[in-house]
Amino acid sequence: MKPDPGSHVNSGPMDTPALEVVDLVKRYGSTTAVTGLSFTARQGAVTALLGPNGAGKTSTIEICEGFRRADGGHVRVLGLDPITDAGALKPRVGVMPQSGGVPTGARTAEWLRLMASFHSDPIDPDLLLERLGLTSAGRTPFRRLSGGQQQRLSLACAVVGRPEIVFLDEPTAGLDPQARMATWDLVKALRAAGVAVILTTHHMEEAERLADHVVIIDHGAVVVEGTPAELTEGRREVRFTTASPIDTESLLQALPEGSAVSTTPSGDRHECAVSTEDPHALGPEFLATVTAWCASAGVLAEDLRLRARTLEDVFLETTGRELRD
Amino acid sequence: MTEHTTGTAARAVTETPTLAIDPGMFTPAPGAAPMWRMVAAQTGMELRVMLRHGEQFLLTMVIPVLLLVGFSLTGVLDVGEGPRVDALTPGILALAVMSTSFTGLAIGTGFERRYGVLKRLGATPLSRFGLLAAKTLAVLGVQAVQIALLGTVALFLGWSPTLSPLSLLIALTLILLGTAAFSSLALLMAGTLRAEATLAGANLVYVLMLGLGGVLFPTSNFPGPMEQAVSVLPITALTSGLRDLLTHGAVPGAGVFLVLLVWAVGAGLAASRLFRWE
Repeated sequence: MKPDPGSHVNSGPMDTPALEVVDLVKRYGSTTAVTGLSFTARQGAVTALLGPNGAGKTSTIEICEGFRRADGGHVRVLGLDPITDAGALKPRVGVMPQSGGVPTGARTAEWLRLMASFHSDPIDPDLLLERLGLTSAGRTPFRRLSGGQQQRLSLACAVVGRPEIVFLDEPTAGLDPQARMATWDLVKALRAAGVAVILTTHHMEEAERLADHVVIIDHGAVVVEGTPAELTEGRREVRFTTASPIDTESLLQALPEGSAVSTTPSGDRHECAVSTEDPHALGPEFLATVTAWCASAGVLAEDLRLRARTLEDVFLETTGRELRD
Repeated sequence: MTEHTTGTAARAVTETPTLAIDPGMFTPAPGAAPMWRMVAAQTGMELRVMLRHGEQFLLTMVIPVLLLVGFSLTGVLDVGEGPRVDALTPGILALAVMSTSFTGLAIGTGFERRYGVLKRLGATPLSRFGLLAAKTLAVLGVQAVQIALLGTVALFLGWSPTLSPLSLLIALTLILLGTAAFSSLALLMAGTLRAEATLAGANLVYVLMLGLGGVLFPTSNFPGPMEQAVSVLPITALTSGLRDLLTHGAVPGAGVFLVLLVWAVGAGLAASRLFRWE
């Protein structure tokens, strides 16, 4: 569910992108973390940077935040340079680092109040604590907060100054489902208020549910980008598991032209995916054909489901299955 | 909306994040607060974190008071001629200044750097100058508390310093110069070494300076060459300057001011060049 993009309130002109990254290059010694990365993020929209560990997401974000210098290309945040225009930009940008950023002895509420005091028209810190379920932890020192509470405090610090753009580096890493939902609600509220949100995540469902625009990054460059719908459209499939391998040739012959069957071992069972090129062909009849074949072949199809291609499928297809550090 | 009262155990268990968030509260309205307000708020935070920290409190308040009381009331240490408390208090005041502006500042800043606090503050409208100003004010604030506390304890022990408006002014100048020298050294250490190395190093330097710097007894008790060598330490300059002034009622020689000034300028320049924020 996404709000109508036309209803966004914006303080800046709509034609200036909230964030523009052009041919960005970042090297650390002999390794190149970012290799000519380009993308644009709209105002009042959620842009998700998705990629495996070491893909260059955090390097990119930290250059946008002005923490690091680019070795090539350039970045414009709200039309400004993050380093040379830092003074003008800092009040307008909210930042949530991946971890830390708070003295271990500082208490939740006093730290958020400090962050609020740096801004001319901040959100009431107590209200924000309440919205994020941190009221009872208000007097707890940072080191004694749970991981989820630390993340939520860090998120609160990023938004308390009413910024125009926020950078959230893995905002829901390590959160329980309730806290994750609360974070998602907050991101949706930011978008509805016209704030540009740039977030990095490993969490496919997060990108699928929140993002207006998904940028999949690997080896420091954009692999594919688009709306979640654009990235996942055009393929649905029937999946089921069986106790022993099936005769894929025989199943394929029973199916209409342009179908594909693949099986992969999954534990001691076999996962079977049946798809077809024409998304409209994948209807009740197609499903009946599959189950009829199973009946004739004496195959018990367990865990049978018809599903759309997910962002995770796209992610694994574009970034590969090998493990990263 | 339910009223939130102070947290109880039951409340903490049942509290879940409120799911409905009014987007209106996030309508962008960016802007930096006035500089003085940012610095005042940051100073307050620095002060609270410093005073609340157990080990720092031990180093800055408990140890100086124990040394002052212990060596004033017992004769186990030769502190020089005259009433014991008169001989001890200037050195203990210098130790207190060093414990806050060097040891406490170095360890605190080292761990702030390690935990990404300095980096995170760098993304706020608070400038680096504002942060340094806040740290300086917080150090001076803690030192004011230390001097008031140690002065009161010393007076109870019978301390009778030679005080005049001029000697107070000179004492204040010495303490400010000493603070500048120690703070610059602290930031040089915290901004270049790993947090653990800073922790170990700052504590080691504290102990060495306590032993070598004329804190508990004048360095004239040392053999000649050693006395010469330690006379260029900032702690020796501060203790001997304060002792001349408060115990003997004499204006310290220019060498004392020069030593502190050279340390402040040298370490300050090095820190401003070498300090790494993350």
